[in-house]
Amino acid sequence: MSHGNFEGYGGRHVPDPLQEPLEQLATAYDEIGTSDEFQADLRDLLEEFAGRPTPLYYAGNLSERYGAEIYLKREDLLHGGAHKINNALGQALLAKRAGRDRLIAETGAGQHGTATAMVGALLGLETEIYMGKKDVQRQEMNVFRMRLMGAEVNEVTRGGEGLADAVDAALEDFAENVEDTHYLVGSVVGPDPFPRMVRDFQSVIGTEAREQFLDRTGELPDAAVACVGGGSNAIGLFHAFRDDDDVAFYGAEGGGEGSDSSRHAAPLSSGKDDVIHGMKTRVIDEDVDVHSVSAGLDYPGVGPEHAMFRAVGRCEYSGVTDDAALAAFRELSETEGIIPALESSHGLARAIQLAEETDHERILVNLSGRGDKDMETAAEKFDL
Amino acid sequence: MGDTSEAEPDAIATAFEDESAFVPYLAVGDPTYEESLEYVEALAHGGADLIELGLPFSEPMAEGPTIQQAVTRALESGMTPERFFEFVEDLEVDVPLVCMTYYNLIYQYGPSEGPQSFVERAADVGLEGFVVPDLPAEEAGPLREACDEFGLDLVFIVAPTTRGDRLEEMMDRVSGYVYVQARLGATGARDDVSDQTEGSLDRLAGWEIPKAVGFGIKNGEHAERISAAGADGIIVGSALVDIVAEGHEEDRPVEETAERLEAKARELKDGALDGTERLPEPEHP
Repeated sequence: MSHGNFEGYGGRHVPDPLQEPLEQLATAYDEIGTSDEFQADLRDLLEEFAGRPTPLYYAGNLSERYGAEIYLKREDLLHGGAHKINNALGQALLAKRAGRDRLIAETGAGQHGTATAMVGALLGLETEIYMGKKDVQRQEMNVFRMRLMGAEVNEVTRGGEGLADAVDAALEDFAENVEDTHYLVGSVVGPDPFPRMVRDFQSVIGTEAREQFLDRTGELPDAAVACVGGGSNAIGLFHAFRDDDDVAFYGAEGGGEGSDSSRHAAPLSSGKDDVIHGMKTRVIDEDVDVHSVSAGLDYPGVGPEHAMFRAVGRCEYSGVTDDAALAAFRELSETEGIIPALESSHGLARAIQLAEETDHERILVNLSGRGDKDMETAAEKFDL
Repeated sequence: MGDTSEAEPDAIATAFEDESAFVPYLAVGDPTYEESLEYVEALAHGGADLIELGLPFSEPMAEGPTIQQAVTRALESGMTPERFFEFVEDLEVDVPLVCMTYYNLIYQYGPSEGPQSFVERAADVGLEGFVVPDLPAEEAGPLREACDEFGLDLVFIVAPTTRGDRLEEMMDRVSGYVYVQARLGATGARDDVSDQTEGSLDRLAGWEIPKAVGFGIKNGEHAERISAAGADGIIVGSALVDIVAEGHEEDRPVEETAERLEAKARELKDGALDGTERLPEPEHP
């Protein structure tokens, strides 16, 4: 028996003490999470608390410039400023229904930690966030936000004091407190059931977008484009279109200084099969320094379903360099008055490339988050 | 364990013969290659029956801070799979050696994908088996086959929560010994030794394979209690790594740290022997 098998990718590669809690979670998800009652309650929260549905926006100025219709799915308008809340709400509601009274999460830049703190406050669950010491110093505002909403922020000082070390500290906590604690994983990564469960919670993005696109244009897009770090916003967009063979998928990875350089975060376009963080997937080569200008893409692995999409040729993945992402970041701000997150700017840069280089006429881009958090980077790069 | 039980008694089986095996763990290359050689040899002098050699991996899971820091020190000193194999060749000990590492390193080693190359090289340098914490039994098919091909053992870790199908799956695929985790949580030395141990040993009572208990054993008294509870061996990691860490932080001479390790090893081995003496007549079903 193999869990969460995506054509050989995925699985549950974890030490044995974590097997049982993951099995319990999978059962809870299959039984409670898919029930009509749960789905109805989640839908209410997504509408009233998070602000769904988000608009599908026709970026007229950008479209005119590049000669293709570019549509943006505005996940940046959600509560908290990113798609992260879709998943956080789903998992926290599930945890509460399954009788857990405590949430833990890891966070890098603090976006997922903030989303977890929001739902913890909303649902009255004790919340503890693990964050590397380096990130705590870099992302002070998010630390304040989390604390203000009642979450305890745990500064992780082991190892490299970054995201990977925060993951490890959270796993350790989870292993010791499985009875009352839910580990709220922030992307479609990790051991089963997380990749499929997080995908399902994020699939609302594509379900809405598909309907909106049909309503508006009477057709489906030629291309769906999203940035890929762990890959939750991309899977969330793609899932509803997976059987629409005429909709091409494009995943924009953190290309850093170039996918053939020694500093990037693009395991799909330049990496190999491997096992990491509880899953079999694609991982960057060991002599590559994991790096992206956007913290959210700064991850050595990727969700196993993306590894499968790559293997079967359903999605084309490529690295978008820091410079190309920054240019798209600036361009959308100037042409449309929308400041995208640096992560989302990678998808946008890829969409612009497609508009210029292919005959795709209608391009749908997931604008997964807003750029407020990236103002310091922007001020520095553009000398604002 | 299938057919392997009918094979000639191998080195690992011999290590558990007295039912009080002392199985220490150290991270190889902590804090340096040379010091680490001395430390592992000191454990052998102190009475180790089998040694688990940790090949450090940058993304370990659910390890406590003690082992984490050992792994970080070892990686910083330049430990790699290739260096690890050289280390095993350089070691002068005559007890069986088992490699404890994460599946990532086993899978990616060598020119072809999969565990084959790693296992072949491990057999070449004389390792006897593997413990792979992040490899669940149901995913262990390819590694099990490679181990069978090269005559190595594959050890699984049984947690207090391991039951039902997963326990069966482990029973089918395990060989050498079972690593019984004494309690939930990450690795680390603790003052209490959990009574979850007895529960776990009870669940495994029908398995005709040595049962070694680890997690939280830090002194001779713990070793004695675990051994008296029916374990065939005790596994000790953090309490030994602590000695290495302390020696490193306080700049102790290598010989002094080695002596401390040897003394600790003796204390633990004696504890395990005392515990076995207290055992009632064995009841084998």
